[in-house]
Amino acid sequence: MGLSFSSLFSSLASLIRWSKDQDVRILMLGLDSAGKTTILYRLQIGEVVSTIPTIGFNVETVQYKNIKFQVWDLGGQSSIRPYWRCYFPNTAAIIYVIDSADIARLKTSRSELLTMLSEDELAGVPLLVFCNKQDVEGALKPEQISEELGLAGGEKERQWSVRGSSAIKGEGLEEGLDWLVNAIQKK
Amino acid sequence: MSALSKKDEESGLSTYYNNKTTVIQEARVFNDSPISPRRCRALLTRIVFLLYVGETFGTQEATTLFFGTTKLFQHKDSALRQMVYLAIKELASTAEDVIMVTSSIMKDMQPNSEVIYRPNAIRALCRIIDPSMAQGVERFFKAAIVDKNPSTSSAALVSAYHLFPNAKDVVKRWVNEAQEAVSGKPSGSFFGGNSGGGYLGWGGSSSQPTNGYSPVPSTSNITQYHALGLLYLIRQQDRMAVTKMIQQLGGGKSGAGTTLKNPMALCMLIRYAAKIMEEDPNMQRQMFDLLEGWLRHKSDMVNLEAARAICEMKGVTSQQLTRSIAVLQLFLSSPKSTLKFAATRTLATLAVNHPQSVAACNMDLENLISDQNRSVATYAITTLLKTGNEASVDRLMKQITGFMSEISDEFKVIIVDAIRSLCLKFPTKHASMLAFLSGVLRDEGGYDFKRAVVEAIFDMIKFIGDCKEQALSHLCEFIEDCEFTKLSVRILHLLGAEGPKAPQPTKYIRYIYNRVVLENATVRAAAVASLAKFGLNGLDEKLASSVRVLLTRCLDDVDDEVRDRAALYLKVYEDPPLVNTYVKEESIFSLAALESKLVSYISDPDSLDKPFDASSIPKISKEQAAKESARPSSLETIGVPSTSKAATPPPQTAAETQSAYAQQLVDVPEFADYGPVLNSSSKPSQLTEAETEYQVSCVKHIFKEHIVFQFNVANTIPDTVLEQVSVVMQPQTDSGLTEDFIIPLPALSQATSPGIVYVSFTRDSPEDYTLASFQCVLKFVSKEVDPSTGDPEEEGYEDEYQLEETELAAGDYIVPSYATFSSEWDRMRDGATATETFALSAMESMKAACDSIIEILNMQPLGGTEEPQNPTVHTLQLSGLIPGGGGKVLVRCRMTYSKAQGVTLELAVRSEQQEACGLVITAIGG
Repeated sequence: MGLSFSSLFSSLASLIRWSKDQDVRILMLGLDSAGKTTILYRLQIGEVVSTIPTIGFNVETVQYKNIKFQVWDLGGQSSIRPYWRCYFPNTAAIIYVIDSADIARLKTSRSELLTMLSEDELAGVPLLVFCNKQDVEGALKPEQISEELGLAGGEKERQWSVRGSSAIKGEGLEEGLDWLVNAIQKK
Repeated sequence: MSALSKKDEESGLSTYYNNKTTVIQEARVFNDSPISPRRCRALLTRIVFLLYVGETFGTQEATTLFFGTTKLFQHKDSALRQMVYLAIKELASTAEDVIMVTSSIMKDMQPNSEVIYRPNAIRALCRIIDPSMAQGVERFFKAAIVDKNPSTSSAALVSAYHLFPNAKDVVKRWVNEAQEAVSGKPSGSFFGGNSGGGYLGWGGSSSQPTNGYSPVPSTSNITQYHALGLLYLIRQQDRMAVTKMIQQLGGGKSGAGTTLKNPMALCMLIRYAAKIMEEDPNMQRQMFDLLEGWLRHKSDMVNLEAARAICEMKGVTSQQLTRSIAVLQLFLSSPKSTLKFAATRTLATLAVNHPQSVAACNMDLENLISDQNRSVATYAITTLLKTGNEASVDRLMKQITGFMSEISDEFKVIIVDAIRSLCLKFPTKHASMLAFLSGVLRDEGGYDFKRAVVEAIFDMIKFIGDCKEQALSHLCEFIEDCEFTKLSVRILHLLGAEGPKAPQPTKYIRYIYNRVVLENATVRAAAVASLAKFGLNGLDEKLASSVRVLLTRCLDDVDDEVRDRAALYLKVYEDPPLVNTYVKEESIFSLAALESKLVSYISDPDSLDKPFDASSIPKISKEQAAKESARPSSLETIGVPSTSKAATPPPQTAAETQSAYAQQLVDVPEFADYGPVLNSSSKPSQLTEAETEYQVSCVKHIFKEHIVFQFNVANTIPDTVLEQVSVVMQPQTDSGLTEDFIIPLPALSQATSPGIVYVSFTRDSPEDYTLASFQCVLKFVSKEVDPSTGDPEEEGYEDEYQLEETELAAGDYIVPSYATFSSEWDRMRDGATATETFALSAMESMKAACDSIIEILNMQPLGGTEEPQNPTVHTLQLSGLIPGGGGKVLVRCRMTYSKAQGVTLELAVRSEQQEACGLVITAIGG
């Protein structure tokens, strides 16, 4: 009892420390045109903005339930993917975005994800997978994608969750963030 | 940690900006979380400092630092962001993958982002993107150029300037925006906050940019300067457009209506105007009016620039100068040193050609001799030397001697040059000037300074007979202790040339022989050659035999060249007629021609069976050779401070152009079996007006059995390509030439201009010198170029363009060559001769007749006979060579002139072959 109380206390304390001193640093990755930039601005200003492919990265501070997330949205084009690793240190959580309607590249997306998760710098960092574009017809369900990714067997050290989302409609994003906040606190 | 950084700050610059290694180590601070803007900024400052002082970072180091800086984009601190941009700009050239910040930069340069670092973002962007992305940022740039914030506008203009070389087509489309920026009108609201909403387009939120920063309005109007620079860069190829721009921005005749408020922009405009005047004399009148207007502008800088442009105008008259000299005179009494300096420098330059006009400022210049600033004093005194009268020379010389030791070598050279021209102007003052020169020769100084002094003394020896002996002994003294081999060699050569003619040649021998004993090999060889000239002048038996003894001693020298020279001259002792060839010869081969002939001799294996034939190489007199070697000793260039004009290399001599052409022709396989080029016209003749859309000039190449016309064609129209360009030549008479083929140009655009079209003819009878004239038409297929893709369109139309006539004239067969006229003329008495009399009634003066005869025949005038001394009776002597076995040609033109009849010419020709005589007679008769 005492143990669980103190652990709850310490996680609360860490949350307080975070919200006071420092933003929670979150990386948002995924293949190109998965919807990362759209999600970022949907979260930040609550609007859908028109985007062009990100050459490099966007970084914005997102305020959610009194917590400041510093979200790094890195470009997903294959030429930019090698630079993701430059931004791995000090990451509190990863949001991986998948285009649920792009079935052809699901395999590529999976292998990029697994390569990234095998990096030492990201060991134990909570992972949230957004199966984005659920509003598009023919999009795979989150369960199907989860199956494809096969995280269930491999990722024992890390908290992870695969969820459906639609940046255009704004569905599933807040729920995802709620889970993420929880996961970070637990860690 | 904080104590450490505090200590860093306190321990002063030297350790604060310590070194690269520490900086790279401390770059970890970029990864800290949370970021400390103050510490990051301090570190960025140190990186930028190191780069500015010339430290270089390796690719890996720069890339690491670069990625570190990208992490700082998470922080919104404006000062930090500005510093990040400065660092990125500097690192962009060495770091890899700098493209990673593109999105972040583009976000910062959104039209609706009212942030203070928007200009920094724009300036960084142009270092990051590659040319292919220029199109993608076009919309941002167009908006930024006309932004109402001047620093944003300037940043966009300057960035566009940097992008231009790699993305010409895109940047050219921004000309309207640049025009708007230069005219300084408030930019309309069309481009304001959110035209189309930017790419992140959060529309309405930016319509009240009150929470951003509000820029302090700038009053410098520097944007106009940047905009003007960009406009010029875009238009510089198009002289008409530049002229129009100058007139538009110049604000009418008085210059009062100009919209340009920035003085630097006006100065640039003045420079462009000066360039236009330089290139197109027809524009001089209009531009001059504008320049005069600017003399009244309220900015000193503009007045000065305008005055300078007027003073440097080609063929400026003293009347045109009055106003600008008055302006400069005012500056002479200004309290500001920069103004005084600029004004005296301009006047010093002007005084070379217009001493009378500058003399008006003499009073003010006198006051400046004692100026604190030695540079101002130097220019003042050199100007006075040029404008002053004989009486003031001594006084000025005294003053100069006073501060010679206080000024740098560069200014000493200016003074020495001024003295040099002064000696030639007032020969009677040579004594004091020579004393001055020999005095400064003993001072400490570098090569350039010493050379200037030595050359000044050379000129005195050459032009002022009275001081020759004195000057030579000063030079002798100088070489006793001269650290510059080049100067020693030249002085020894001069001693060899002038010494034997002196009243007491023997006194130089000791100086020269001392060199043989004491100096390095180069100087020893020169001394041997010089000695020999004393021995072989045939004046004094005793001297000759003494020199012979000295030369014999030189046979034991350790150096090959020294021994060879001694042996050569001793051989001449044994065979006296050789003296004429090796010691007294007045002409030498044209070196460039000799070189090209030797090259073609060596590259052609067949010719190696025969000895090299030197007789077909044109000769030039030693005087000409001296001129060609571009020594700045001729009167025109004396004393001109090293401005841009003096720095340009001397124009190519005819022989050098020839060898360049020969090289071009070798590259054309069709001409491979034509044999060597016998002659090429010395300069291209223009077949179009200078301002036309297609510009064509023609060069003629004479081969043994062929004649090749080389047409240099330039297409000046952007966005069109000419395909299958050829020149069709129609001989007017029965020419004796048969056309072989035309080598057309497959395609010619503005960028690839000029291209070359060759037309080849066979000479039906190669021994005749065929004269002919041709109608020429340029034929081509014209195609528009799609500006977006850069590819020509499928469909074109055939077009032709009438050119001026081309002539094959006598001058194309003859090259000028030097000869000693009287002896050669006598020698060729028995060769082919021809004499004929012509009435040249159209000639208005003797000089005009001389000029046109020289031009038609393309021969070398001898003994200064191209400048008639007597307006009514004159004899012009010409010498030439017909390459390809035609031999030497000499022409004597006896002329009389009267107002009623013009020039009457008796033309006498002597040559080695009869055809050559015929050629000359028909050239003048036809």
